[in-house]
Amino acid sequence: MNMLILIDYIPLLLRGAVVTISLALLGLLLATVLGALGAAGKLSGGRIAGALVRLYTTIVRGVPDLVLILLIYFGGQRLVNTVGDLFGADYIELSKFGAGVLSIGFIYGAYLTETFRGAYMTIPRGQVEAAQSLGMGALATLWTVSIPQLVRFALPGYANVWQVLVKSTAVVSIIGLEDLVGLANDAGKTVREPFIFFSAVLVAYLFFTWVSQQIFNNLERRYALRGHDAG
Amino acid sequence: MRVDLVLQNWELFAGGVWVTAQLTFLSLFFGFCIALPCGLARARRVGWASPLINGYVYLFRGTPLLVQTYLIYYGLSQFEFIRDSWAWIFLREAWWCALIAFTLNSGAYATEIIRGAVETTPKGETEAATALGLAPRQVTWLVLIPSALRRALPQYGNEVVFMLHGSAVASVITIQDILGAGRTLNARYYVAYEGFITAALLYMAITFTLVMIFRQLEKRYLRHLNIRPAKKSHAIPA
Amino acid sequence: MKRITMAAAAAMTLAGAAQAADLKICVEGAYPPFSETSASGEVVGFDIDIANALCADMGKECEMVKTDWDGIIPALLEKKCDAIIASMSITDERKQVIDFSEKYYNTPARFVGKEGMTADDLAGKTVGVQRGTIHQDFMEGEFGDVELKLYGSQDEAYLDLVAGRVDALMADSIAILDGFLNTDNGAGFAFFGDSYSIPEYHGNGAGVGVRKEDTELRDAITASIKAIRDSGEYESINGKYFDFDIYGG
Repeated sequence: MNMLILIDYIPLLLRGAVVTISLALLGLLLATVLGALGAAGKLSGGRIAGALVRLYTTIVRGVPDLVLILLIYFGGQRLVNTVGDLFGADYIELSKFGAGVLSIGFIYGAYLTETFRGAYMTIPRGQVEAAQSLGMGALATLWTVSIPQLVRFALPGYANVWQVLVKSTAVVSIIGLEDLVGLANDAGKTVREPFIFFSAVLVAYLFFTWVSQQIFNNLERRYALRGHDAG
Repeated sequence: MRVDLVLQNWELFAGGVWVTAQLTFLSLFFGFCIALPCGLARARRVGWASPLINGYVYLFRGTPLLVQTYLIYYGLSQFEFIRDSWAWIFLREAWWCALIAFTLNSGAYATEIIRGAVETTPKGETEAATALGLAPRQVTWLVLIPSALRRALPQYGNEVVFMLHGSAVASVITIQDILGAGRTLNARYYVAYEGFITAALLYMAITFTLVMIFRQLEKRYLRHLNIRPAKKSHAIPA
Repeated sequence: MKRITMAAAAAMTLAGAAQAADLKICVEGAYPPFSETSASGEVVGFDIDIANALCADMGKECEMVKTDWDGIIPALLEKKCDAIIASMSITDERKQVIDFSEKYYNTPARFVGKEGMTADDLAGKTVGVQRGTIHQDFMEGEFGDVELKLYGSQDEAYLDLVAGRVDALMADSIAILDGFLNTDNGAGFAFFGDSYSIPEYHGNGAGVGVRKEDTELRDAITASIKAIRDSGEYESINGKYFDFDIYGG
């Protein structure tokens, strides 16, 4: 085993780490949007919206992330092509990175739907009523009363989803994305030193999870009720 | 969607379901065997064992299962001393490599679940048992563990589904599990997604069967708690 | 419906911006010496050199799209690329789905295993092949009594041969020779058995894959293959990798 070989590959692995982190962050962004829409759909009480959200969360809960990613990358292009042809659009390519972000966002949006819905339900009704009785409009109530509370109650669940999401980025390498895992896999096989490369990847992921833990601990402290325990 | 291809190759998928089922249940079983002593030791903060168990749990919960599997399958086989040892009998086979990786992974998650359940066991339960004259060993085996395991059921149900889904990773190290069967179908007929959709439907069917089984188990074993079982279906094991 | 249009909108913003090249070519990157990934992440090899020479001859700007073997035909069909140059053999089975130019090389298939192994030893042994290749079809058709292990790429198969997880591999002889036997890892391994080139399984050599409707592109590529053969360009690329002409008879 030759540890030194890793040094030559540090620039490559760093490039992969940047791809992995961007994938995770953009995936989280999309997941947050989908999760908020999903929660809104469920809370709206509308029958169609509720059924759509249920279908969405059922698919995600039933299918492994690896299968969904393969399906979105290969099947998604067919969908994009069909929709594109319908509207007479030029060929639009669903890139590997794009497919990765879509998959990760799609999967974890379903979990965040539940996190957000749960957090919203925890907000005491009295607070909203109190705000209204003070003459605040619906939007002002949402913005100054509901959302800050929502953030507080949703944070632990959100942190949990993020930690699982980060690990999920590894499977996107299966569609040939040159992320940390994909590049380490290629390099490890080329120089026949897979052990050292995969060990490096493990250390990198441990580092990601550790850093995220610190950040979320900080946030939870900041959003905790002053003088009370966190959510 | 070419359903005919899937039907023609149903044996491929039947084989895949069998391999997935084996890997999932065996790794859950062995993982549980690791987790029970580890979880108890962690909850009781056994001096020398706690840091070790902590390290193990942190490593396997903090990194992707895919990379753990790669490391065991490709990483270990590069060393000659491993290839010359008795361990090679197992590590030679992709199936065993997957089982080892999945077992260690599931063991780490289950350790945390059991630790949590033991720590939240009401003091009164064990105190009552002691007051009734049960020996410490009896308190552990007859009161603490059964009570903790019952309350761990919803979370453990999540872990079971998580492991079923995680087992799809086996297909990347040449194993013909459900996803492996799907990829073989795609490669054989040069189709883009027929194999993946079939795999997705099979995983879904198994997932919801498992979810239903756990719902029944919870109904039965958590009835005494007189609360609705935690709505578990959307949670993911942390 | 909202969700689908959302996804489509997101897809547009996330879509690759690589629309500049005239022609996108799917290559594999895990099949030395025809196609492999260098330390800097670039794909290099015989297939890539040939691709560049063909593009130059056609006067087109080309972009190489690295694609796993498993997904390479779907990628062509879904227009992620316009041509496949990945040592893909021209077979009737594939011709039902895509079309091919004339061949750009043709080499036989062989077994490789521990030195001293013979074809008679094969019964009951484990043989590795790349999934979805002519070699898989050939083994399934002609060697029903060996256990097949399917790999996503040839590189993975070599790793497992060295590790001893498979007893032998069946693959293209030149790929084995230069991608494995002539490397440090090939020590102690050798070819065994016959050289196979059975049209029913192995087709008529490796060609450039195109979509069926792109007949113009197919003919242009065939003409360019002939042109680089005539101009000596092919010979000089061939010479970089092999000490004999792999174009075949």
